[in-house]
Amino acid sequence: MTETGRLTTGAPTTTPLAALSVTQTIRLVAQREVLTRLRSKSFLISTGVLMLIVLASIIVGALVSSNAELPKVAVQRSVTNALPKIVGFDLQYIDTLVEAERLVRSGAVEAAVVSNSTVSKLGITVIALREVDPAVVAAVSLAPDVRILTPETTNPFLAYLVALGFGVVFFLSTLTFGSTIAQSVVEEKQTRIVEILLATISARLLLAGKVIGNSLLAFGQVALIATLTSLGLLITGQHAILGDIGPSILWFIVFFVFGFVLLAALFAAAASLVSRQEDVGSVTSPVTTLVMAPYVAVIFFHDNPVVLAVMSYVPFSAPVGMPMRLFLGTAQWWEPLISLVILLASTAAVVGLGARIYSNALLRMGARVKLSEALARPATFRSAAQSPAQAIAHSTARSAARLDK
Amino acid sequence: MTSADTVLAIHSVTKSYGSRRVLDELSFRVLGGRLTGFVGRNGAGKTTAMRVILGVLAADSGHVTLDGEALNIETRRRFGYMPEERGLYPKMRVLEQIVYLGRLHGMTATAARTSGRSLLTRLGLGERLNDTVQSLSLGNQQRAQIAAALVHSPAVLVLDEPFSGLDPLAVDTVVSVLSEFAAGGAPVIFSSHQLDIVERLCDDLVVIADGQIRASGSRNALRAEHGGLRFELALDGSGLDWLAAVPGVSDLERIAPECDAPSSTAHVVFAVDSAATSQLVLREALTRGEVTRFLRHQPTLAQIFREVIR
Repeated sequence: MTETGRLTTGAPTTTPLAALSVTQTIRLVAQREVLTRLRSKSFLISTGVLMLIVLASIIVGALVSSNAELPKVAVQRSVTNALPKIVGFDLQYIDTLVEAERLVRSGAVEAAVVSNSTVSKLGITVIALREVDPAVVAAVSLAPDVRILTPETTNPFLAYLVALGFGVVFFLSTLTFGSTIAQSVVEEKQTRIVEILLATISARLLLAGKVIGNSLLAFGQVALIATLTSLGLLITGQHAILGDIGPSILWFIVFFVFGFVLLAALFAAAASLVSRQEDVGSVTSPVTTLVMAPYVAVIFFHDNPVVLAVMSYVPFSAPVGMPMRLFLGTAQWWEPLISLVILLASTAAVVGLGARIYSNALLRMGARVKLSEALARPATFRSAAQSPAQAIAHSTARSAARLDK
Repeated sequence: MTSADTVLAIHSVTKSYGSRRVLDELSFRVLGGRLTGFVGRNGAGKTTAMRVILGVLAADSGHVTLDGEALNIETRRRFGYMPEERGLYPKMRVLEQIVYLGRLHGMTATAARTSGRSLLTRLGLGERLNDTVQSLSLGNQQRAQIAAALVHSPAVLVLDEPFSGLDPLAVDTVVSVLSEFAAGGAPVIFSSHQLDIVERLCDDLVVIADGQIRASGSRNALRAEHGGLRFELALDGSGLDWLAAVPGVSDLERIAPECDAPSSTAHVVFAVDSAATSQLVLREALTRGEVTRFLRHQPTLAQIFREVIR
């Protein structure tokens, strides 16, 4: 009867319990968060779908851009000799004028370049159906030397895509893992397991574990998206774009790491104010707005340097704003460093505040806890478990006072 | 009880919620190696007292000691607790959950797994180790909850209403697990509304009313102390109307005669002022008919309870 033997060793002297260090405790909590998520089918499916979307958008982008850059043009062989450097078009060689007209009329080519012009000094004619692509004319024309003093470094369409990409990835990842952490906080409150947990570990360690666990998942997802994007660009032969975008992706990951921790602490603190899953949405909506703002702003203002400059320093939008500016080449090398310092300082402050709200609100069941009340009690405990305890006392005192009226 | 057994002591603990004093100078001891029942009406302060013991709630004044030493977060980590508001992670597997809690208490993964598995098996959940908690019936969730409180072989076990929601067979299982655990020398305290279970199970009793301890001590001592000197008498003869007139007899309470007793049998419980009076009643009864029953009446816990909380 080994089990009986085990049960009867309940005396404290023989209990083999090691003191858990802070790191061990946090690791245990974080590990549970990660495993729970990795085992959830809905999480795996939604991540899979997200990755497919990323991959698909890169492949579609590659196909669209290759089609757009190479319009089909028919060229009479005799012209080719005269103008050997028609580049940037999908060329189809023909012999006769009749053939050229037929191809243009059928829509098989956008334009045809043929010889035997009596009008042009170049001695060639460009045949088009209704209007002619200026690029074709330019390609076969003599042009003066052009020198642009302030060249536009980035293709505006590409800039829009990159803005959309950073915006969507930031928005989706933060919202997904932010809501996950919010739900996990309320789950513990709603099932009351939080009472067992707080009889064992302190509220701060519990919060730290939850934030770290979910942050790791979020970083993992973002890193996976970044890797997939880079691989996709390489495979589809878009090396040039990767060279432009690569450094800003790396900065994006760095900013995301700290930006997410900040938002995760806010999500956890907000969620700790309510006791039912149904209330999570409404209580976290201010945080959700904070997450959506940079996404909307970067899409509308990706070509507005002032708005982008502001965004790149505001802690909530810096993870989107700064990499965007780095991609556009409008940020000096030291700017991301300063922005990062601001972000780090705000993250530390918000995490501290979030931990206080969380510790104070965690054991207060029932009605939604007012933010001012959760903040009001200074987080000074004699032992870590006592702060939430004071919170219960406080809340029960309030309900008692209400009953008295 | 040997000298090695642990003692959990609550010293003058006071706790108020606003103007309402929920615990008023509460002092009692929970002795190691024995089961202590903690009884009181709803709102008497049982849950609050347990939360104070666990450190989930801070007392306004007073303190709790284990073997004379004040508790801190490290000593409390070795406590086992089953809160009144039940809760485990609904989507987590049963064994995994118990292992997780065991590890938070400081166990190694292997030790937590071994202990969790044997406890759950013992509690009748051996077939359900890898099922999620939400797929278990309420009674089975309750057993899992008990395993969660016991997994780390706690130094002190505090259970708030451990039997509510259990069928009688499950109660027996849990009772045997708890008795066996207490035999190891740890103090075990549990609250319950089910006085019959407390009566059957507990070695010691603490009765709380309005935040104050009304009675505490061993079950037998409480029985001797409370309920007064009462006797039960069954007489086959000419009735018991004479009994009320005997000096020193009071509090007469008629009991329905037993089914197989002749219809001429009368059956009462009565209080007497002294043992001599009881003997006087017995002699008188013998002259009036056949005494089929005469015994010292043991008060039930319910009677003691009603008396002390009055």
